[in-house]
Amino acid sequence: MKLLLVATAFAVSVLAAPPIVIRNATVLTITKGTLANGSILIRDGKIAEVGDRVNVPANAKVVDASGRFVMPGIIDCHSHIAADSINEGSVSVSAMVGIEDVLNPDDIAIYRALAGGVTTANVLHGSANAIGGKCTVIKMRWGKDAHDMIFEGAMPGIKFALGENPKRAGNPTGQRIGAANVPPRYPATRMGVEDVIREAFTAAKAYQQSWKDYNEKVARGEQVLAPRRDLMLEPLVEVLEGKRLVHAHCYRADEILMLLRVADEFGFKIRTLQHVLEGYKVAKEIAEHGAGASTFSDWWAFKLEAYDAIPYNAAIMTRKGVLVSLNSDSDELIRHLNDEAAKTMKYGGLSETEALSLITINPARQLMIGNRVGSVEVGKDADLTIFDKHPLSNFAKVEKVYIDGQLYFDRDNDLAARPEHATEKKKLLDKEKEQQRRPASGAVRRPAA
Amino acid sequence: MRSFVFTVLFTLPLLAANDDSFLIRGATVHPVVAAEIQNGAVLVKDGKIVGVGRNLAAPKSIRIIDGKGLHVYPGMIDSATQMGLAEIGSTRESVDTGELGKFDPQLRAEVAINPSSEHIPVTRANGITTVITLPMGAAEGGRGRGVGAGNIIAGQAALVHLDGWTWEEMDVKKSAGMAMHIPTILSPPARFDGQLPPFSFADAKKNYETELRELREFFEDARRYQKAKSANAKGFQRDLKFEAMLPVLEGSEPLVIVANRERAIHDAVQFADQQKVRVVIAEPRELGKMGPELKARNIPAILGPTLALPLHEDDPYDAAYTLPDEFFKAGVKFAFGTFNNEFVRNLPYQAATAVAFGLPYDEALKAITLNPAQIWGVADKLGSIEEGKSADLMLTDGDPLEAKTQVKQLFIKGKTVDLDNKQKRLYEKYLNRP
Repeated sequence: MKLLLVATAFAVSVLAAPPIVIRNATVLTITKGTLANGSILIRDGKIAEVGDRVNVPANAKVVDASGRFVMPGIIDCHSHIAADSINEGSVSVSAMVGIEDVLNPDDIAIYRALAGGVTTANVLHGSANAIGGKCTVIKMRWGKDAHDMIFEGAMPGIKFALGENPKRAGNPTGQRIGAANVPPRYPATRMGVEDVIREAFTAAKAYQQSWKDYNEKVARGEQVLAPRRDLMLEPLVEVLEGKRLVHAHCYRADEILMLLRVADEFGFKIRTLQHVLEGYKVAKEIAEHGAGASTFSDWWAFKLEAYDAIPYNAAIMTRKGVLVSLNSDSDELIRHLNDEAAKTMKYGGLSETEALSLITINPARQLMIGNRVGSVEVGKDADLTIFDKHPLSNFAKVEKVYIDGQLYFDRDNDLAARPEHATEKKKLLDKEKEQQRRPASGAVRRPAA
Repeated sequence: MRSFVFTVLFTLPLLAANDDSFLIRGATVHPVVAAEIQNGAVLVKDGKIVGVGRNLAAPKSIRIIDGKGLHVYPGMIDSATQMGLAEIGSTRESVDTGELGKFDPQLRAEVAINPSSEHIPVTRANGITTVITLPMGAAEGGRGRGVGAGNIIAGQAALVHLDGWTWEEMDVKKSAGMAMHIPTILSPPARFDGQLPPFSFADAKKNYETELRELREFFEDARRYQKAKSANAKGFQRDLKFEAMLPVLEGSEPLVIVANRERAIHDAVQFADQQKVRVVIAEPRELGKMGPELKARNIPAILGPTLALPLHEDDPYDAAYTLPDEFFKAGVKFAFGTFNNEFVRNLPYQAATAVAFGLPYDEALKAITLNPAQIWGVADKLGSIEEGKSADLMLTDGDPLEAKTQVKQLFIKGKTVDLDNKQKRLYEKYLNRP
């Protein structure tokens, strides 16, 4: 109810805004080609018209984007932005916890990501355990509160993790400093990781059945006690019923295949394989399962399971029919995903549109929000990024970012506000120094040592 | 057998092409020291550049490389890497970046460079021909945690070519600089398990003052050693640590001082003044008021990575992007370094981002070619396309600062370098998986 109220209030504020026309830009629609001299009409937070010419309402704010490039807001399918905590690593299955409960709208990384043209991110639980916590898709609505950041209507997700990270806590002689004092936590091997997932889904199936039995009995008019709610298994039942998307951290080909087969066994789908650095070795199997793949452009060799990572990964998987995106997993990398996309043209020869799709429409489709964002099309959310040069050039920088038709980042405004921020900071520092010099009135003065 | 035949077939043309004399013609030549030459030529003889211009006559029977539609640039130089010292970041057995001990000037990075590291062919495939290998950890100067965290003087940085059967063959300059951390008031190191060692500000300050004193004393001892040696004093005994300090004291080898913050840069400059030694500032993450101080003393800096988060939460979002231009405007000479291993290949993109945020393009290109050659004292051999220099050249289909650009051919000392690597082999293998 509260959410609905907030959403309504938000919608009203958007409705009140005048229409915006961005014109004379190179418009990279992603799904409908490129307009060399295009215009976009934004009304009520949505893209109302796109074309060589659009209607310009009398009350419209006109933004001249001559020489500029407009593309859909960038979408990051793997981020930990705005999350106050990441890992509930004390157990091997932590499906009961969720990122939504720890969203921090004041995380400066949100603004910095905006300044890199990002409008939407999938905020994930960490990779400390085989089945991690619930994930939340957010829009970078900097200045709004935690509830208003959530991408309304986006499918909820859950994080799984395979390989070195979830098994690390099972090995007390592992590399974590101080880990020797911590009792080992099952699993310690990739075999154990498979087992944890199979055990959890076996339990989830039984739990699902107990509710089915209960509901049938109730339907028959029997008076029975309801099963006890199990907050850990509920999200897994949602996975079984296709109501929650699985985003699985993985590196090696063997563990990728393992997870696909476990999912087949229990009758659910892996929505995205995350990192999936050896995905290129099992691209055929990934495509057959229908999983998406969200990978790094060129990370490798930072750990043993990343030694066979290649920057051609995105290209090979794309060619083999996998829906691929590039992600950041980093508050730094999230700021230049367009540069990361450009690397797939060098490594594997993707086209400009294919490269840009990796950070727009593809992650949107992976997150099942492709009907709302990810391309410049009539009816979609007006989430747009304006670059001063082609976004696949390493010399390009972001000038403006719109979300729901509202201007959330403007480089000119940012630059203009800097002197004021510097003055404000100096005042605060001076005040702090002053307070340190003179104890506040009423404070007990300590005798000198 | 099949793979043997393949290898032979593959190697034969390379062997035939291994002649280090050739003429590239019809290319756009970017000498770095002069304006680009359209339809230009570069003549290489015995591994050296002997001609650059428009209409160079082809000596008899020289190999001609058609550069039509291509660009020739000098090979790029990364001024701060771990190349050859580390293979897999998280696997301790494969990492030789940081040694135990506070004062280790006797350590030589070069002798631990693994010429068979998979990182070398991966890196040079993107046009990087020369790197500085630092005997210390990665970003933040490696003082975060783990082995090497206690180093003040970490050892001798090596300047190496990314080609050679042994580290001796890779050698450009064995001791290009002495790697050092200027002591700082450190906050307790962040730990992954969330446990904090007991560490107060008073402890930190005491530790800082102690380290500064130890550093001064180490230099004083080294000077006494220098004096005793030159006086051929009775009972003089060779000491490897002090011996290694002699080039630093004589000013022939710079101290490469990692100094992230303004305060640390200030301390490093003060130290250089007191000790009268040559200094290169490494990995500064802010400049503050230190611009005039560095400029007045001709102290250069190794900047990077540019694609980094701001140092402070309330810094402008583009603080790291604009830092190179800040150094340029302050008149401080600088080169770029990645302070990394697996991302050394992305050196040109660190430079490109600086251009997007204000740095003139030519300065960015210089900072990965000519400037590092000058800073490391090898500008007579490397860093530009000029007569008499080593033929470290790359042939590209566009601007190397753009990620989509492909490096088509690479030469180190005039020798054609194999652009194949582990990643390309895996690409071809799995692209063709049935």
